[in-house]
Amino acid sequence: MTTSVTSAAGEWTADEMMSIAAARALQNGTRCFVGIGLPSTAANVARRTHAPDLVLIYESGTLGSKPDVLPSSIGDGVLAETADAVISVPEVFNYWLQPGRIDVGFLGAAQLDRFGNINTTVIGDDYADPKVRLPGAGGAPEIAASCGEVFVVVRQSTRSFVEQVDFVTSVGHGSGKGDRQRWGLPGAGPTLVITDLGILRPDPDTAELVLTQLHPGVEVDDVRAATGWDLKVAPDVGRTAAPTPEELSTLRTLKEASS
Amino acid sequence: MADIVTLADGIGELVRDGDVVALEGFTHLIPHAAGHEIIRQGRRDLTLVRMTPDIVYDQLIGAGCARKLVFSWGGNPGVGSLHRFRDAVQHAWPVPLEIEEHSHAGMANRYVAGASGLPFAVLRGYRGTDLPEHTSTIKWITCPFTGEELAAVPAINPDVTVVHAQRADRQGNVQMWGLVGVQKEAVLAAERSLVTVEEVVDELEPVPGQVILPGWAVTAVAEAPHGAHPSYAQGYYERDNAYYRYWDSIGSDREAFGNWVRDEVMNKGARNTGVPGKAGVDKEVPQ
Repeated sequence: MTTSVTSAAGEWTADEMMSIAAARALQNGTRCFVGIGLPSTAANVARRTHAPDLVLIYESGTLGSKPDVLPSSIGDGVLAETADAVISVPEVFNYWLQPGRIDVGFLGAAQLDRFGNINTTVIGDDYADPKVRLPGAGGAPEIAASCGEVFVVVRQSTRSFVEQVDFVTSVGHGSGKGDRQRWGLPGAGPTLVITDLGILRPDPDTAELVLTQLHPGVEVDDVRAATGWDLKVAPDVGRTAAPTPEELSTLRTLKEASS
Repeated sequence: MADIVTLADGIGELVRDGDVVALEGFTHLIPHAAGHEIIRQGRRDLTLVRMTPDIVYDQLIGAGCARKLVFSWGGNPGVGSLHRFRDAVQHAWPVPLEIEEHSHAGMANRYVAGASGLPFAVLRGYRGTDLPEHTSTIKWITCPFTGEELAAVPAINPDVTVVHAQRADRQGNVQMWGLVGVQKEAVLAAERSLVTVEEVVDELEPVPGQVILPGWAVTAVAEAPHGAHPSYAQGYYERDNAYYRYWDSIGSDREAFGNWVRDEVMNKGARNTGVPGKAGVDKEVPQ
């Protein structure tokens, strides 16, 4: 699989392309619930490039954090010290997330299926005797339910992109269109899945994830080979613009400042 | 008025074998020194409750103190897995560990119900997930006013809650600030409580965003300087990110973990627990 690409902007890795593509998906002024790792990286790149008024909300209890380095955890001191408001954890979930005050939930996944359902709980089909015990739910089930929409950022492989997740920790589109409505989930669910290879979006009729965009240097067959189901591809599959020098330097400066 | 006690006496008197014990602190103010003292005093069969059982519960689980874990996210934040937790769930080592698994929203609401003296809490959560199938403390309830079906979760009322705070005064009034997580709810939900603090002072100077727990709502206060390390105490010291990475090498190996318990917990007094720079912790940390 391609791990780095060279163009006029220089060379970058597939992970860097993923972070930058995820950053671009965040519009200025959006109120965004941010998980640690890839989502936090992308959100902080966005805030330093095209979306200076992006509102970053971390589940530790910070509204409007403006960190100057990437935090190592969702509760680093810099997140509290630079926040508009610091609140308790029950308040985060009850007053801010549950009533629908947050536009975008930014989540990662250990496993993701064709309907965007997320597993972060166990690998293996026996919950009581798992092959691998993962960290579990955290804030994700209610973020996936109650944010206006959900963006998932995940490295794509046949291990992570599976026909059916071993455990539904957070609901995407259930078993297809209509499930979210039936369950009374207020948000739209995953509208965008950003990987190191490209971008997938749910089909408006079936809610199944469809490959709609390829990152530079990646071909459809590469994505198919990294997907554990028979992947549908949009007829007019697009091509992600290469990272700009500004995006790359912003991302790298943030990463260096944090290491 | 809370008693001012030593950490050893506080744990000795308030944490008993078989108790339901909550150590709270959401990434900030995690009561590590108290966790080490529980290991040192050899407590067994505890039901450990905590939203984020990170390193502090990896240590207690690995040391064989726990029979059951009630939680919502069990990882090493920013690093990866909790290996002692995984070893207990996947291989019943050193003892079998029963788990009761929730989401953060569910756990937070369980503490709120506990602090409120109510039997349960309602939330719009869990719907469509596989959690209710495996967790018997998630049920469905119909709103008597709108007919909406909502999740119900029972109150958590620990036998004892332990939290860490920046300061207390000599009457045992506790002051904390920065990220205060679910600590107030966890203390008020509990039968007994122990608050470890960076320092006991004559007078609590107000700080923006502070949470005050009156001394009459706390059972005991113990001074434990640096007692949150490797997490942090805003205004006192920063998060020791290198230690979280270093823990991966200790936690991932049963023998290394056993040596750590012996050298860093059992062979040390309560006052030294958690202080960086002791026993060569700093120089072993890869930079």
